[in-house]
Amino acid sequence: MQPFQYVRVDSPDHAVAAAQPDDARYIAGGTTLVDLMRIEVMRPKTVVDITGLGLTAIDDASGGLKIGALATNTDVAYHPLVIARFPALSEALLSGASPQLRNMATVGGNLLQRTRCPYFRDGTSRCNKRAPGSGCAAQDGFTRSHAVLGTSVACIATHPSDMCVALVAFDAIVHTHGHPGGAGKRAIPIGDFHTLPGNHPEIESVLAPGELVTHIELPASPLAARSHYLKVRDRASFAFALASVAVALDVRGTVIREAKIALGGVATKPWRALDAERWLAGRAASRDNFEHAAAIALEGAVPRGDNAFKIELARRTIVRALERGAL
Amino acid sequence: MSTNTVSGPLVGAPAPDPDVEGLEAEANMPRIAGGELPARAAHGPADSAWFTRREFTVTCVGAGCAAAFLSGCKEQRHKRVERGPEPVPSAPTDVAIALSINGKAHKLTVDPRASLLDVLRERLGLGGTKKGCDAGQCGACTVLIGGRRITSCLTLAVMAQDREITTIEGLAQGDALHPMQQAFIENDGLQCGYCTPGQIMSAVALLSEGHATTDAEVREQMSGNICRCGAYPNIVAAIQAARRTRG
Repeated sequence: MQPFQYVRVDSPDHAVAAAQPDDARYIAGGTTLVDLMRIEVMRPKTVVDITGLGLTAIDDASGGLKIGALATNTDVAYHPLVIARFPALSEALLSGASPQLRNMATVGGNLLQRTRCPYFRDGTSRCNKRAPGSGCAAQDGFTRSHAVLGTSVACIATHPSDMCVALVAFDAIVHTHGHPGGAGKRAIPIGDFHTLPGNHPEIESVLAPGELVTHIELPASPLAARSHYLKVRDRASFAFALASVAVALDVRGTVIREAKIALGGVATKPWRALDAERWLAGRAASRDNFEHAAAIALEGAVPRGDNAFKIELARRTIVRALERGAL
Repeated sequence: MSTNTVSGPLVGAPAPDPDVEGLEAEANMPRIAGGELPARAAHGPADSAWFTRREFTVTCVGAGCAAAFLSGCKEQRHKRVERGPEPVPSAPTDVAIALSINGKAHKLTVDPRASLLDVLRERLGLGGTKKGCDAGQCGACTVLIGGRRITSCLTLAVMAQDREITTIEGLAQGDALHPMQQAFIENDGLQCGYCTPGQIMSAVALLSEGHATTDAEVREQMSGNICRCGAYPNIVAAIQAARRTRG
């Protein structure tokens, strides 16, 4: 691990000021940063400890929720308001990592966690995300866990978060402090928060240097109270998704009034299947229609090497999740 | 998996702690039936006949066999005449911190890179917490902070200040084992024992969290602790036994 200056801050303004340099990083739970620093994939010269900022509250917000960026995965997952209003968020969080890691990891950190691509993590392979312009060793490598949606010739790394899949399904809004423009505070729709790799996979979000995520807002949604998260993976626990789905269905009689579908484990950023949702609206909640919607959701998927199975796996996972959602 | 021994910020030999906490920690380890820890002599800086478990093991391994044990003891005695805190080279980034571990306060200066795990083991002589993967994936390093289970390998020591830390050494009350320790012994919840401190700490927290009652739930809530020996069925049995005793 490279030496660094450790700085504790006690206000968002202080945090933003301390984190301005390109080689400064925030630390909260440390489950991503310490891990990647130990294997020298990340080498910040300044580490800014934001755990003293107290952004941990989970509160009602006009029927929706406001969740502080420093709330732990555990606290969010077991919060009665989360379980009642956004159960897929609770299920997603509890499907991730281990109890120890969930106790440490924060909402903000989960939002910004980095890919598990082994070529990114090994510190030496050609990797445009870790070393811009060096190439992508994954493209011709072992790609079983890599993405089939949102990829580019520069990068096919999967976004690993479960939490973000649920947030994307519910149109969450990421609130930040310290943006250089205007009043400094921004409200970023989560669909716009993470970026596609394109030609610059080293850029993963729209955050400016030092911009601090302060909380996440989940708008009120009666539909979300009927949501679920389904995660398919090699082990029963403590493993990342091969494919996962957050789903919510509003069915009256046999007709779908509204659907929300988001995918994880298969894309370079948390993936909302808007076309599939729109197609389902007004249609019967039947297996045939679920299968058609799943096919729409995976349209344009690009397999690479060992991950072709994910396209069919993701389709079937969507169908199963929708069938559960229609119950 | 990292196979690094400690190097870098925790330079050289651990500074012998006049309070010999590592030795006190020995007293808190469960005594497996039939086994016994070495008899204790009065100890202090001037007494050089005493070993920590680590020095004992290294000496025996270094000496090669039981026959060389006694001469090994004598050599160790001479080496240990000079005691006192060894100077730890300091860097401009070092931070003076206070840690509260098992109810006891410790003041020390650390490199910010030092993990809580390495500080516990290498600086404070609390070797009960184990390093398995050093990457948050095996759970052998599990300790409690504020009563919550966390992986100490991914926790920077500088960030563990102002929090109450509980390690495996802090569970027993004198000679009275914690009910979870007792349950692991009675249910044979270990083989090599390396994952065991982490399993026990994790299990203690699992009970206080209250989210697991069935075997399946216990397994799910213990999924952050792996056991290469495969003692899982007995680990689950131990936890369930402790849970029922707890009421």
